[in-house]
Amino acid sequence: MAIPPGVSQRDWNAAIGEFRDAVGADWVFTSDEDVALYRDAYSPYWGEPEERLASAAVAPYTVEEVQAVVRIANKYRIPLYPISTGRNLAYGGSAPVYSGSVVVDLKRMNRVLEINERNAYALVEPGVSYFDLYNEIEKRGLALWIDPPDPGWGSVIGNALDGGGGWTAYPFRDHFGAHCGMEVVLPDGEIVRTGMGAVPGSKTWQQNKWGYGPWVDGLFRQGNMGIVTKMGFWLMPRPEAYISATVQVFNDRDIIPLMDTLNLLENQHVVNGSTQLGGAGAFGPAGGGAGPAWTLQLPIYGPEKVIRAQLEYAKEKFSAIDGSRFVEEDLIRIPLSPQDRERVRLVNFGIPNLSTFAMLGRSPMQPSPAGGHIGFSPIIPRDGEELLKFRDFYRTNLAEVTGGENLGIVGPVFMTNWERSLVALIMFPISKNADENRKIRAAFEKWVKLAADNGWAEYRAPTVFQDIISDTYSYNNHALRRMREKIKDALDPNGILAAGRYGVWPKHLREG
Amino acid sequence: MTMRTHRIAAIGAAAFVALGATAWLAETASAQDTNERGRAVYEYWCAPCHAPGPGHPGTQSLQVKYNGSVPAVLLERTDLTPEAVKVFVRQGVLSMAPFRKTEISDEDLDALARYVTRK
Repeated sequence: MAIPPGVSQRDWNAAIGEFRDAVGADWVFTSDEDVALYRDAYSPYWGEPEERLASAAVAPYTVEEVQAVVRIANKYRIPLYPISTGRNLAYGGSAPVYSGSVVVDLKRMNRVLEINERNAYALVEPGVSYFDLYNEIEKRGLALWIDPPDPGWGSVIGNALDGGGGWTAYPFRDHFGAHCGMEVVLPDGEIVRTGMGAVPGSKTWQQNKWGYGPWVDGLFRQGNMGIVTKMGFWLMPRPEAYISATVQVFNDRDIIPLMDTLNLLENQHVVNGSTQLGGAGAFGPAGGGAGPAWTLQLPIYGPEKVIRAQLEYAKEKFSAIDGSRFVEEDLIRIPLSPQDRERVRLVNFGIPNLSTFAMLGRSPMQPSPAGGHIGFSPIIPRDGEELLKFRDFYRTNLAEVTGGENLGIVGPVFMTNWERSLVALIMFPISKNADENRKIRAAFEKWVKLAADNGWAEYRAPTVFQDIISDTYSYNNHALRRMREKIKDALDPNGILAAGRYGVWPKHLREG
Repeated sequence: MTMRTHRIAAIGAAAFVALGATAWLAETASAQDTNERGRAVYEYWCAPCHAPGPGHPGTQSLQVKYNGSVPAVLLERTDLTPEAVKVFVRQGVLSMAPFRKTEISDEDLDALARYVTRK
């Protein structure tokens, strides 16, 4: 059994004993076999000395048990690392940022505490997965949708806190943006409720995000200032129908009016679904041939007569692009018919599933896959010229980044699912082979630096790269990080909670 | 995971799934009395990847691996032992990460292993 750095054997034994008293001996895991279950299966350092490993895990069942765990950790200076469902694969999974941390596994806290159909919200605990919330809504027969990310076994709270998103309508697919109210156990064990939840007797905890005074919820997004034990989410009333069309343009630089028109329609909320940009243009100058240079799928959710009008308006706007085609698809009524359910992409209809893992498993095209993956996803402006600049930047630098070797890196995929900005995704395979992973890590780090030189930076990262990406947010000598460190030191003076998460380290572990 | 996938519509998929589901439900019904827990664990944790038909990446992966020499659908396998099931659950394989004891307890795993190998 490993011991956290700087902790004596005597204190460690005492802490483990007190953890057992707090949560029950069955829910403290210390054997090598049990602790190995917390390894990050997609770790870019798998099997190497730098792999981030837990020392033990403790799984509380109640908020009071979370408080007890935090207090014990303070007493013995034990580093903790909370996880929700522990399925944050490609971003660290259930492993800590700081090796030797005790994972606080919140999976057992899996209660759906409230679902309110009239006001369209839910209040859940961290162990509730998208499957769980979906199943509960279905069981109760409520006319509400969830917004699942690609893998349905993720935590509703954990995904929101890590900056994840889904595939239905705005604003619901920005998962942190769609939250309303939190309960947090602070590093000293005190419980705080945010927003209207701070008012005793309030019935509006999940109806008003802001409450009164400085808003603090953002401290817990990609943060290490507390353990979120409850969180509310606004849900989408089940829409009556879904309609979509695909715009095709045939010249490379048509991406410029294509993006401008999309921006107008989204910013007016005429198009509310998760649009999908495709076409050969993402991979190199395109156009002039028979096929489109760019395609853009436009999904719209809402009442049938309203979304037909919205689509008609979108068609009119896109027709201003010379030579463009607007290919309409049949309207789909909701709830889905069994036939429609078989042919649609389920996450776009609020139905959680795991089909996305087909990309990582064996397939006729990929008989010997690496198994894991990670992504570098810099945010770039929603602007066709900037998109072309990134495309050309990727093509220009790929050989230098990879040393001319085919490492299986795929990119760029331009994702239009975030409001107001674009994500330019580059995907990397991760295997259990240290030599291959070493090359991937080097390529990843080069992309981070090269992108930053152009003002493009990542929004969410695998744990092992969180420091180098934090370094790119460096305005005014890293003033933002230094401010976060001051807050961290004030809230967590012993530095016990999630050290290093998203680049924020407690005082005793900071360099210098 | 934020990457996007392109769902490929499979012609005739609906008919295939309907047949597969009918056979599967008949099998699970007969096992319910003796091992409801194993069935529930399978349905919750395994079926999203290993059920029959399109959209199930575990089934797709095993089809490519075995090319029909053994069934791609886990519940149609007759060659698996309870010990093998436990190894895969606790050690994972390729993109399938291991399952922790807060997800599938040792008791759940015993029931699951019996359920998957019940033939």
